[in-house]
This record gives sequence, C-alpha cells and structure tokens, in this order.
Amino acid sequence: MSSLLSITKLTKEFGGLTAVNEFSLELLPGELVGLIGPNGAGKTTVFNMITGNLVPTRGTIVFAGNPINGEKSHRITARGIARTFQNIRLFTDLTVLENVMVSCHFRVRSSFLSAILGLPGYQREAKTGEETSWELLDVVGLTHLGREKAGSLPYGQQRRLEIARALATRPKVILLDEPAAGMNPAETESLIELIRRIRREYGLTVLLIEHDMTVVMGICERLKVLDYGHTIAEGTPEEIQNNERVIQAYLGERRLA
Amino acid sequence: MDLQLFGQQLINGISLGALYGLIAVGYTMVYGIIRLINFAHGDIVMMSCYFAFFGYALFNLPWWVAFLGATALTTLLGMLIDMGAYRPVRSAPRISALITAIGVSFLLENFALVVWGGRPKAFFRPDIFGQVVTLGDVHIVLLSIWTPAITISLLLALLYIIHRTKAGIAMRALARDMETTRLMGVNVNRIISLTFALGSSMAAAGGMMWAMKYPQVNPFLGVIPGLKAFVAAVLGGIGNVAGAVVGGFVLGVAEILLVAVAPALAGYRDAIAFVVLIVILLFRPTGIMGEPIVDK
Amino acid sequence: MNQESRKSAHTHRWRNRLLTLVSLGVFALYLLWAEHNASDYVIRILNNTAIFVTLAVSYNLINGITGQLSLGPNAFIAIGAYTSALLTLSPAEKQLSFIIEPIIWPLSVIQIPFIWTLVAAGIVTAFFAFLMGFPVFRVRGDYLAIVTLGFGEVVRAVANNLQTITNGPLGLKGLRAYTNLWWSWGFAVFTVAVVVRLIKSSFGLAMKATRENEVAAEAMGVNAFRINMLAFTLSAFFQGVAGGLLAHLITTISPTLFTFFFTFNLLTIIVAGGLGSTTGAVIGSVLFSFGGEWLRAVEEPMEIFGLDIPGVPGMRMVIFSIILIFLMIFARRGIMGRNEFSWDWLLERSPLSRVFRGGGK
Repeated sequence: MSSLLSITKLTKEFGGLTAVNEFSLELLPGELVGLIGPNGAGKTTVFNMITGNLVPTRGTIVFAGNPINGEKSHRITARGIARTFQNIRLFTDLTVLENVMVSCHFRVRSSFLSAILGLPGYQREAKTGEETSWELLDVVGLTHLGREKAGSLPYGQQRRLEIARALATRPKVILLDEPAAGMNPAETESLIELIRRIRREYGLTVLLIEHDMTVVMGICERLKVLDYGHTIAEGTPEEIQNNERVIQAYLGERRLA
Repeated sequence: MDLQLFGQQLINGISLGALYGLIAVGYTMVYGIIRLINFAHGDIVMMSCYFAFFGYALFNLPWWVAFLGATALTTLLGMLIDMGAYRPVRSAPRISALITAIGVSFLLENFALVVWGGRPKAFFRPDIFGQVVTLGDVHIVLLSIWTPAITISLLLALLYIIHRTKAGIAMRALARDMETTRLMGVNVNRIISLTFALGSSMAAAGGMMWAMKYPQVNPFLGVIPGLKAFVAAVLGGIGNVAGAVVGGFVLGVAEILLVAVAPALAGYRDAIAFVVLIVILLFRPTGIMGEPIVDK
Repeated sequence: MNQESRKSAHTHRWRNRLLTLVSLGVFALYLLWAEHNASDYVIRILNNTAIFVTLAVSYNLINGITGQLSLGPNAFIAIGAYTSALLTLSPAEKQLSFIIEPIIWPLSVIQIPFIWTLVAAGIVTAFFAFLMGFPVFRVRGDYLAIVTLGFGEVVRAVANNLQTITNGPLGLKGLRAYTNLWWSWGFAVFTVAVVVRLIKSSFGLAMKATRENEVAAEAMGVNAFRINMLAFTLSAFFQGVAGGLLAHLITTISPTLFTFFFTFNLLTIIVAGGLGSTTGAVIGSVLFSFGGEWLRAVEEPMEIFGLDIPGVPGMRMVIFSIILIFLMIFARRGIMGRNEFSWDWLLERSPLSRVFRGGGK
C-alpha cells in the first residue's frame, strides 16, 4: 500500500530560527497517527505547512501522488486535506449550521449569476450542501443548536463544530490540532468515540496533535515526537511511553501516563 | 536634459524624498505594530505646521522655539489620538480601527478648516534655511541640504532607539508576535503609545520642513503627501523603518525626475505614487527591504 | 429537517414573497402619486434617497458583508457618471462643450439610449475595480483602503487633465434629466434584490466567512481572492450605474464633484445603519437623506433664542466625523447590527400574527 501523504525532510526557518527541522512522515490510508511533543515543538507549524498556511523552507509534501508544497490552502482543501485549529477559528457571527455550510461552497459549480437568479442548477447544489451540513451536525451531536450563533456555544461544543466543519469538506485526510484541549474527562471520552466513529464511517486518515495522553494512548496507532523542531522519537504508544528522551523532553510539563 | 538641470532636479528630488521618508516612518511603525494604516498621520503633519505657524506668528516665539513647541504638541496629539480613538477599538475587528482612523483624519482636516479657515497661510522661512548657495552652476536652497541631513540623523537616532533600547526591542517584539510578547510582561499600551510618539515627532519634523519648502499652509496639505508617504513605506517594506526612508527617497526622486523628463505629465504627478503602489503589489509586495508579514 | 418543517418553511417563503411584492406595489403607487403631486423639493429628496440606497447597499456588500474596507465609491461614481454622460450627449453637444480641445473619436460620434449608457457605466466601472482588486487581493486586503483612496486621486487627476475625454475642469453640462423616480427607485430596488439574493446564497456565506476569519475560510475551501474580487467588482458595478443616474439627475458633472466627502458620507451611513446589514444600509440612507437637509442648516447663519449665530462652513463635516468616531467607539453595531429585516420577525410581533400564521407551526 502506498502512502496517502508523503512528507520528506520538511523544514521551516524563520530568520535565524529553525521551527521545524527535516520532519518526515509516511501516512498510509486509514492510519491514525499522533504528533506529540512539548509546547513550541513545531507541531502546529508542521500542520500549517501541510495545509498551505505556511510555505516550507525546504522539503516536499506529496498527497495522493501530487506534490502540494507551496499550494494555497483552499486548493489543498479541495484536494482532500482538512483541518481543525488549535485556537478555535469558528465564524462566530454565523450560525452553527452556516459554519458547516461554508465548507460546502467550494463544491458549488454554478456561477454567482445562477445563485442570484435562483436557477435550478444552483438550487440543487445549495440543497445538497444544506442536507450534508445537517447530517454532519447530527454526527457530532449539534443538530439542536443549528440555528444558534457559533460564538454562543460552550467550548467543548465549539470544538465539535470545528470537526463537523472540517468533515463537510469531504476530506480523505483530516488534521486535528489539539481537539481535546480544555475538555473534561467526559467530553474527552465522547471525543475519542467521535474520532473513532468518523474514521470508520468516512474512511478517514487522521493526523492528530494532542497533549492529552488519554487521547494519545487511547486511539493513536503510532506516534511521532517533536522537540524544538526535531523528531526525537517515533513508534507505538507503548514504545514512546518508555522512551528516555521523550520523558526528558516533557520534564517540567505533564508526565506521560 | 543637461547636467546642470539634472543636478538641480536630483537635489530637489532628494529633498522631497527625505520629507516623504520622515512621514513614512510613522506609517510603517504603526502598521508594523498594530496593523493599522493610520489615515490621520498625514493630517498630523498638517497640524504640526499650524502649531509652528501660530507659535511664530501669534506668540512671536523665536523660530526654533516654535519648532520645538510644535514638535512637542504634535507628539502629544499623536499619542492622544491613539489613546482616545484607537485604543478603544483595539480589540474590535480590523475594519473598525481603519474606519476610526478615517474619522479622525477627516475630523482634523475639517477642524482646521473651521477654526483656521481655508485660506493658505504663509509659512516663515528663517535665513539659515532660506539662504541660497551656489555650487558650480547649481543653485541650492540651504533647506535642500538641511532636509536630507536632518532626516538621516533622525533616522539613525530612531534606529538606535529601536535596536538598542529596551523599549525599542519591545516594539519590535510586539510587531513580530503580539500575544507572546504580551505574555512576557510587556506593557503593550505603553509601547504602542511610544510608537505613536516617535512616529508623530518624525512627522512633525517632516511637516515643518515641508512648510518651509512649500510655504502655503492649508488644512488639506497632509492628504496627498500622506498617501505618497504610505506608498513609500510599502515600497521600502512595510514595518521596516530604514526601508521607509529609502522608499521615500526613491519615490521623491522618481516623482521629480519624471516630471522633469516629461513635463506633459505634470498634472499626473500625484498619480505616480499610485502606479508605484500597484506595481509593488504586483511584483514585490514585501518591498525593497521588507520581510513577509505572517499573520497567525 | 423533517418533512413537516420543510413544508411550513416553504409556505412561509411564498407568503414572504407575496408580502414583499405587495409592499413594492404600494410603494410604486406612492411614487406614481408623488410624480404628479409632490413638490420639486420632495421629488429631489426622493431621487437622492434612491441613489443613496443604491450606493449604500452596494457599498455595504464589500465593507460590511465581506469585511474589506474600500474607499472607492467616489471614484467609481465619477467613472460611471462620466461614462454615461459621454454616451448620452449628442455629437453636436459634445462639439459645443469641448471648447479647449475636441473630444476624441469614437466618443465624438457615439450617442446611445440612456439605459445602455447605464449598462456601460456599470461595466466600465466594474472593469476598473477588477484591475485594482487584482493586485490588492492577491497580497492582503489591508491595502484596499489605501489603493482605493489613491485611485480616487487618480480619477480626479485624470478627469481634470484628460481634456480630450473628460473636458477637463469645465466638465460636462446640459445633460438631459433622464433620471426620474422610476429610474432611481427602479434601480435601487434592483440593487437591493440582487444584493440580498447574493448574500443569502452560498456566495454570501463565503463572503461572510472570509470576513469572520479569512484563514479558516480558506481552510474550508473558500477561494478568498475570488470571493473578494466578486464582492468588490459587483459593488463597483452598482456604484457606476448610480453615478450615471446621478449625472442625469443633477445634469452637470465636473471633477470637483466627486470628492472624498462623498465616500465619507456613505461610510458613515453604513456604519450608522449597521455594518453588514443591508436593511441597515437602507435605513441609514433614508435617515441621511432626510437628516442631511436638517444638517445643512447648521452651515447657514441661524437665529436661536434671539441670538444670531453666523454660519460656519465645514461644520457639517466636523459633526459627521465626530459622529463616525463616536459610532465606532460606542455604537459599533449601528442600528441593525448585522441583522436583517424579515417578514417573520415583523409578523411575530404584530397583533395580526394569528391571521398570518397559516402554514402550520
């Protein structure tokens, strides 16, 4: 089986600072891989490079056979890579439903004139978008809040909305940036269930950044550990748990469970 | 065009460019730190001219006292505008701050119009600036030598502040990453005030030399130079102080030389800056000396 | 959404459409009456209001819905005005007007019906917006304000200097007063209809998303560049046509007419009405048009309690700028915030609500 996402020696330098140093990863279809490490290790920077928010200084990213480094983020999304954000970036003034519907816009082939005139071609596409959005809200359990403003949602549900929104782009790969941050144990359990479910039902490949070890140990099949931009370890969760270097890196932060 | 005329125009361009540079510094520093295009900045230049004018004409202060007083008042004005109008909208979406800036700009212009009238006032020109010397065939007004000299000196002083003092380093840190710098205990509002103070004092210097060069002071004198100065800031690399001055020189020289070479285009001289801006955005948005601005 | 709620929403939609049509019909009847019975003064205000509604609603599309600050309206209005005027004037009139330098060919021989000049005005203006938007939106929207501001200066410079096309400082006089209540309000209604439908569509949603968080919007597949260009260009189109209507209302245009003050007024209108609300833009325009008359009095000498206060030119603008700053600091959401008028909202609150609630709830 060939890799779905193939990252080779990905590097990002800002002026004199190397944020990410030669990060490599072969992501096979259907895998669930975790990216962990202390704060500031460069994990989100890796995400930002994959999704086109940052241009890599060096290295290549190949998705489904196509090189994508340097492409704009909306094109990468259209190719099938979706993401959530570490600090929630919901469209706060839009409703919960509208937040998800935004992700359906890029699939609309009709012109804006069709939309203005209300031509049947556009009407059909709009209806499909709305139906898909309600479905996804159902999957994450937010149907009853569809008409509420996204900004009014409690934190945990905002994170779920972010996932629904990302799913609405119908990705093959989904990048989750600290999806469990700030959640209590019950919510975290629920989230783990959700991730398992969407992976199964939508055939997703998942790359996950997390600090919460319950999540990491619970669902990740393998891990890569970053510290100061360098990959210091990789392996199964059991292997990583006992890795000296990893434990050193986390000293002063949370200890591994 | 013969060498003498060229030399004359070059000096003219350098002197004009220096003024653009001084004004551009204020734009670039404020944009660098809070991503705001301070539309009122050009009008602050205008206010400095009026302050100096009245100091001299109304209160009969010696010219250098009038200049110093005007600089102080202008610096104060800049800080007041930040504290009174921009700070309350700091947390609002970016467009709110921009609209507020437009409001302040418009207010200053019309305030001056209402209070001081639309008729241009004749600015004074002390001998030390007004005397004409002759170098070979070229006649130079001393002001044309003072202007770039003062500009460069002020620039060096400013660069020293930015790179070697704690406050200056805080300014640069805030420009790079406001959240993290705030978490490190820096008093953000104070540093931003300082930024406005520095920018406004440079603008005042530019304003008074402008008024000596073009001695017709009117409420709208800051509008077009302000626009051009912003283009100069973008040309030099927005956020980069030295770049702003470099951009100013380039723009000033280009403007003067273009009109000298093609007098038929004289009516369009203000449009040159606009064309330059479009060209920069198309081909080199980071400007001559700039780094790409990363917005998280 | 289940079958039942879908049916009720359907009925509600048609009920709302009927209500809108009936209201427009009533308004049309009023215009018919006004055309023949109202004073010139009232008709002038009505025409002005219509044009301001058109301008404000289209301006709100780029500033409020898409969140990109454009300072272009005065330039776009000017371009539209000149384009339309140059095409409605007859060759003979043009020859008479252009006394310093003759007008260039083919403008010297063209004359086309009013409606097509309006279309041309819109398209030409949209074209310039497209040219400007391209470099700006590729880099960052922040620069839109400065670029459009600079463009305003360029348009003024060109209008003043390009004698062979614009007749320079002399401007164009003696335009036929084509614009009447039907043209001005007809186009205003058209603009509102188009803008509202766009905002309600997927494209409008994408614009709002770009406004809320451009990075996130792009991550969800929205091509921010394209959506910004759409909003900006479309907005310019309407402003261009409005310029043509304006030219044929006041019958004389010159470079000094389209100053930044015009844009400033529009900005204040949409902020006061509620940045991001089309309803707000309409309300703001109406208030401005009627209130503007009152404010004009501030600049005339007036007598209050027996004291003679001399008129102060420019005072109006000082007051406007203070109002704008005040709004931004204390009342940023304006009258409507980002909310829109809807029949549902009105009917729920009216005593007749029971009568109109047919359709299952």
